[in-house]
Amino acid sequence: MTARSGFSLTRWWSIVLKEFTQLRRDRLTFAMIVGIPIVQMALFGYAINTNPRHLDTAVIDADPSDITRSLLAAMQNSSYFHIVSDLPSEAAGREALAQGRVLFVVNIPAGFTRQLLRHEHPSLLIEADATDPTATASALASLNGITQSVIAREITGPLAFLQGSPAPFSVNVHPMFNPDSITQYSVVPGLMGVVLTLTMVMMTGLAMTRERERGTMENLLAMPATPLEVMTGKLVPYIGIGLLQASIILLAARFVFHVPFFGSLGAIYLAALLFIAANLTVGITFSSLAQNQLQAVQLAIFYFLPNILLSGFMFPFQGMPAWARAIGDLLPLTYFNRLIRGIMLKGNGWPDSWPSVWPMIVFTVALMAVAVATYRRTLD
Amino acid sequence: MTAESSPEYAIDVRGLNKHFGDKHVVRDVSLRVRRGEIFGFLGPNGSGKTTTIRMVCGLLRPDSGAGTCLGYDIQRESAEIKRNVGYMTQRFSFWEDLTISENLDFVARMYEIPSRSAAVRQALKRLGLTQRAHQLAGELSGGWKQRMALAACMLHQPRLLLLDEPTAGVDPRARRDFWDEIQSLAAGGISVLVSTHYMDEAVRCHKLAYIAYGRLLTQGSASEVIAGQRLTTWALHGDRLADLQEKLRRQPGVEQTVSFGNALHVSGTDAAALQQTVESAARSEGLRAEKIDTSLEDVFIHLMSQSDGSGGGHA
Repeated sequence: MTARSGFSLTRWWSIVLKEFTQLRRDRLTFAMIVGIPIVQMALFGYAINTNPRHLDTAVIDADPSDITRSLLAAMQNSSYFHIVSDLPSEAAGREALAQGRVLFVVNIPAGFTRQLLRHEHPSLLIEADATDPTATASALASLNGITQSVIAREITGPLAFLQGSPAPFSVNVHPMFNPDSITQYSVVPGLMGVVLTLTMVMMTGLAMTRERERGTMENLLAMPATPLEVMTGKLVPYIGIGLLQASIILLAARFVFHVPFFGSLGAIYLAALLFIAANLTVGITFSSLAQNQLQAVQLAIFYFLPNILLSGFMFPFQGMPAWARAIGDLLPLTYFNRLIRGIMLKGNGWPDSWPSVWPMIVFTVALMAVAVATYRRTLD
Repeated sequence: MTAESSPEYAIDVRGLNKHFGDKHVVRDVSLRVRRGEIFGFLGPNGSGKTTTIRMVCGLLRPDSGAGTCLGYDIQRESAEIKRNVGYMTQRFSFWEDLTISENLDFVARMYEIPSRSAAVRQALKRLGLTQRAHQLAGELSGGWKQRMALAACMLHQPRLLLLDEPTAGVDPRARRDFWDEIQSLAAGGISVLVSTHYMDEAVRCHKLAYIAYGRLLTQGSASEVIAGQRLTTWALHGDRLADLQEKLRRQPGVEQTVSFGNALHVSGTDAAALQQTVESAARSEGLRAEKIDTSLEDVFIHLMSQSDGSGGGHA
């Protein structure tokens, strides 16, 4: 008699080989493995932009003058505003906003220039459609700078006294790691996490339930394999798939979206590997909880939504209330987002990455234990 | 009484019970299968045969009851049992997207068979599968699937084979080949527990057990099983037996009528009453009546109808 019920490499390897062979014969799944990252990259990489420019703007100019013309030109030049129409009245401006034809209406009241020259401190009104705050936020934030530069350029010579005294101190803002606020720099690495979450959890979620539905589970259970051998053996091929997907995304990030790679490639792959492992344990746990493939897919979708919404991939993590951050803190994607952005955009090394690394290790080990514990050794 | 001292019984279980929800599917089943014996397990569909077999090999946990399989405790030592038992499931349960040789290779690795490729090659040859080794299991016909399954569960040279309706949906010739194989295995010292619906297979078993509604109704050799029911059977030969069958059913002494084309088998436990009824019927209808040996089939139909509906109204 050989070793009783310890971990057998031979048995483990038989599971690995079987999964590889089955996967190789499943053409559709294989196509999806390559297709999903490419489609999602094309969709989200190009589509998502949290710093939108060239927003449609209407102008009600009741006082055309050098100064107002200069102001409007400066707004156009900032690239945030795109002046599409001149409107006759305030009512027409409201209508344009209500109908969504423009996002901004710039309202220059009659006598604006005269009042300005008389030092009467006139106002001009900019109305914005704030139903979608993210769309208008950056443009509105740029307004302050625009007016300052117009004042500095136009109000000179004898009128210089209107400029008022400069602030007693100045603030220099340095947007580090992504000075031009290019959304793709954060979306594309984040996409890697989203694609891996979706495919890894879904595919391994089906791994055990497929055996159960096809009736092959009975055979597998009648053989001497242990739960740990079966589960880890089934996961191995998906590690390869995950790394393949990560490579596709990294290639696109580098050569299509020109995302900078400050950190080392080795660190990026190590992070991906850790994250893949975490997701595989989620999938295999779902697989051992679910009764059939449909339930496994439902569980995967249920898991996928909070990952997209609460991990900081789509919306800023810091903007969420404490309870939502607590949920986000339980998801490996939250840590992976920080980790991968840190490595790629900031060139973070080991000490900077560690706070995002250990939670993923804990997550993986804990969930693997749950998966093995919930593995049904009998057909009961 | 340790595992090493090769016990007399390959299977020795007592008082097995199993519920699924509030359905009591196996009731107090006790089985003893000697080493080297082919033990036939019979009973209607849903009678608990598969559940009993699964409990014996550790795939289901019995609610109560105890026993050993190859000397290993069925409750605690299922890992040892799995290593020494070959279990062929009722439904084909190998991987249809793997080829025959890939399936066998997988099984060989699972059982850590020392000279794997030689063992696989030998198994393929023994069951005539060499030509089809690279065919996907899912593309095989029923007979070939069953051969492959047998090859796979024989690969690790088990001491006990559990075969759950191995020949369902297989043509007569393939069935005969299959049983020749089973008998040569048994001659080599392997014990076999096989469930079946076919009478010609039942008579090839050394011992039989009949189970219905979860209860074991009888067990023993074929002649013991037949004798145990104390049935007398008469055969009536002639035409238009269908009307007669209807009439006879209500006559004294007749417990069962089974039509076999040009013969009608009439059975009952009260030999005298039956003889009177049959002889008077033969006279009035002008048929030839003849007392015959009660067959296994007569006995099983009798057992089945006895346990039927009436909630198992047997002695």
